[in-house]
Amino acid sequence: MTTKTRVVVVGGGLIGTWTALLLVKRGLDVILIEKGIVGAQSSGVNFGNLRLQGRHPGQYPLSLRSQALWENIEELIGDRCEFEKTGHLYVAKNDAEHEKLEQHARVAESHGLVIERIGRNELRRRWSWVGEEPQSATYSARDATANPRLVSVAVARAAQHLGAEIAENTRVTEVLRSGEGFTVKTANGRTIGCDAVVNAAGAWALEVAEAFGETAPMFAAGPPQFVTEPLAYRITPSVQAVDGSVIARQIPRGNVIFAGYPRTASDPVLNRAPVPPVKTLNGMRSLMKIAPFLKSAQVIRVWSGIEGYLPDMLPVIGKSETTPGLFHAFGFCGHGFQVGPGVAAVLVDLIVDGKTETPIDLFSINRFKNEVLVSDKLAKEFDAPAASGSRAG
Amino acid sequence: MRNVVIVGGGPAGIRAASVLVEAGLKPILVNETRQVGGQGYRAPAKSLALDIKSLMGSEAGKYQRLHSLFAALQDRIDYRPGTLVWGIHEKVLHTLSDGIAGTIPYDALILATGATDRTMPLPGWTLPGVFTLGGAQVILKDQGCLIGNRIVFLGSSPLLFLAALQYHKSGASIAAVVDTTPLSAKRAALRDLAASPRTLARGLMYRAALHMAGIPIIDGATPRGIHGEDHVEGVRVTDGRGRERLIPCDAVAYGYGLKPETQLAELAGARFRFDDIFRLWLPEVDTDGRAGAELYLAGDGAAIGGADAAEASGALAAHALLEDMGRPQPQPELARLRQEVERLRKFQRGLAKAFAWPVAQAAALSDETIACRCEAVTVGEIRAAIRAPLGPREVNRVKAITRCGMGRCQGRFCGPALQEIVSGTCNVPIEEVGRLRMQAPVKPIPLHAAAEMEP
Amino acid sequence: MRAVRRHGALLRLTVDGNTVEAVEGDSLLAVLLLNGKAVRHLEFGGAPRAGFCLMGACQDCWVLLGNGERVRACTTLAANGMVIWTDRHEAKANA
Repeated sequence: MTTKTRVVVVGGGLIGTWTALLLVKRGLDVILIEKGIVGAQSSGVNFGNLRLQGRHPGQYPLSLRSQALWENIEELIGDRCEFEKTGHLYVAKNDAEHEKLEQHARVAESHGLVIERIGRNELRRRWSWVGEEPQSATYSARDATANPRLVSVAVARAAQHLGAEIAENTRVTEVLRSGEGFTVKTANGRTIGCDAVVNAAGAWALEVAEAFGETAPMFAAGPPQFVTEPLAYRITPSVQAVDGSVIARQIPRGNVIFAGYPRTASDPVLNRAPVPPVKTLNGMRSLMKIAPFLKSAQVIRVWSGIEGYLPDMLPVIGKSETTPGLFHAFGFCGHGFQVGPGVAAVLVDLIVDGKTETPIDLFSINRFKNEVLVSDKLAKEFDAPAASGSRAG
Repeated sequence: MRNVVIVGGGPAGIRAASVLVEAGLKPILVNETRQVGGQGYRAPAKSLALDIKSLMGSEAGKYQRLHSLFAALQDRIDYRPGTLVWGIHEKVLHTLSDGIAGTIPYDALILATGATDRTMPLPGWTLPGVFTLGGAQVILKDQGCLIGNRIVFLGSSPLLFLAALQYHKSGASIAAVVDTTPLSAKRAALRDLAASPRTLARGLMYRAALHMAGIPIIDGATPRGIHGEDHVEGVRVTDGRGRERLIPCDAVAYGYGLKPETQLAELAGARFRFDDIFRLWLPEVDTDGRAGAELYLAGDGAAIGGADAAEASGALAAHALLEDMGRPQPQPELARLRQEVERLRKFQRGLAKAFAWPVAQAAALSDETIACRCEAVTVGEIRAAIRAPLGPREVNRVKAITRCGMGRCQGRFCGPALQEIVSGTCNVPIEEVGRLRMQAPVKPIPLHAAAEMEP
Repeated sequence: MRAVRRHGALLRLTVDGNTVEAVEGDSLLAVLLLNGKAVRHLEFGGAPRAGFCLMGACQDCWVLLGNGERVRACTTLAANGMVIWTDRHEAKANA
């Protein structure tokens, strides 16, 4: 059966589902094709932080556009998905780290974000659980959290309700140019004609890009994350050490969720993302330095995921350089949750209006034609084998 | 010298250690509890005035032999009691002992991790006073305590009558033994049970002894729920003739047979297959217990077989390990052990057919029943999540959406029921709904455990 | 209830502010069950719980000690002077 539609979205993660939702809201026909289950990969297993502090300077317009959508989530999809404006506390343990916080704060403020400078005494007065190590902090009240396990599914459900087709357990085998548009073929025998294709296939996105003669040096890794048993609710903002050693948040239910660097290797072919116990111990040690009152809390569960990373720690977002009607959004380097809805809004601009007001040139796939600047985060945030290792599928 | 490590100080672990010691090795034996013997042959504290001979009944001789064997081994192995193995990664065991994290690298590993009770959710099963059947036996042997004053033994298990008899002998008042096994299932399984006539006879003997003591035995019953405000007050059942009965009591021992503790096997790299008789995912092992490179599984942690099979399979795993090291092993002895393990495990498969896991009970559970004890997730919440548009149809996805299996026990006690609920609600075969995946820690570990370790 | 006597040193512990007696070798769970109905209260809704598996697997008998430690009652031995809370108000531990 050949179905004629406007847009095929490949990938049922956060980007894909939000894109499908915003496209149907603009009156387009949408088929979202997901090889497995909606929201089951990195979109569903990330830390759940909607962090505005400390982002890449070039990402702020996109991030702020995205945050506005998050803040409106209940109205947009009819489900809050545990969205909470928790605020984000960024802590430093010495002068050098304090200076780093100050740099981040100035960038954020230049984009209109309100950042509070918190001295040592005020830090402990306002958040009595903070340990001895942090010396200063910055606080952004607009930063938020949501439950990643729930969001993508809820967004897909809303899109489906408005008429988008959500095809789970459907693997795209071929995307072919066909006249001005495309023909998408799937492993379960469907052939779908469409005018535009959105490549939001996460760690698996290179297959589609390479079919149209472009690529990116994407590799797969995962963020090791840990969770404690439920405890009395005390840590209200999400809290992060600027040295990258740990980030933590407590949900009102009581569990403290925390994550730490370096990231772990993960395998997009076998679909495995094991957490080595040493990572868990490192994370536990780092969390105790920030919140020592948790020393007797029990860690009950850990997980990781399969995320696509690029060497400059920036995603690919925008039009294909080779093929009109093809749009890419992948390689979010572990920072996709917050910007996801904004990226979807930008893709819809590009598909419907042919242009977007949000600056995205920085994220062009074209940049990989030349030697790419390797981010200093690469050495700090990854195990050596992960950074040089498994190429994303 | 290769580092050979055994995890588990029950019959399988002790016998494995004994074979390795005889071959001139000095294995490390890691035991989570402080006493050896596992759960079934747990050594009681000397301070308890327990008549172990009477308590163990016909097994008393084997029990004594196992503990004598361990006493003789103790100085020839590296014994580490009170040590939890909470993770395994790249041939290193991650341990917790006295609150401090540690590591034990290994070249070859024998896992003899035993089993826990398999239980099915039931209205009221989270009330204080409801314990697992195996737990009721353990607290008697380990602590010399009974779970209550007036007790109902409820479920379907070869241990149901044995446990009730042990309690009776220990002075407990038994309100009733409620056997939920359908009689037709018992009859159908008799052929497999003939593989071990002695065990079969023992089962009948326990039952007769209870009957003679005037203890009510209710056959073919369906449990309806456990009553009580903040503690057990009674059990409501429908008996084999369709009559509703309320049995007053202050404690319930509840269970549907045993389920291997396979978390560490999974972390060590074992593969799993669905077993349609036990209706569980079990690790794949060859006859001798090989489950992967330098990985051996023995005892109930590999496949439910009981204490005798555990001993024999522990010995077999050790022989297999030695053989894989290039040391020729006595083939007649191996053949005898294999025959023994196969016979006993076949018998247990027969028992699993007779004392069937109550699939129908899962389907009949009311929506209000708590499925996940840790996170207080109800059966109705699980069904509603599955039935929602784009609802999950695989257990790990159901866990992600509903939190069932996300709590402290990591799905040990709701996992089997969750599989049934997902299978029943989606109307797909149970082997297609998956199994809950495991990551370390397999049991909770405190943050401060990491403090003592160098990064 | 105890099926048999335990010989050993007499211990005194505090459970929710009340003094209880135990014998060396008793598990915390045994002490709690011999002296009350509940071992803890569920974090979600506060329903009473008293353990389940009695062998360290179900994790349904975690209690809070006076020193802020959290322990599994069925696998922890009672010790003289131990202070145990069967609810989850961590603040009480430091009171």
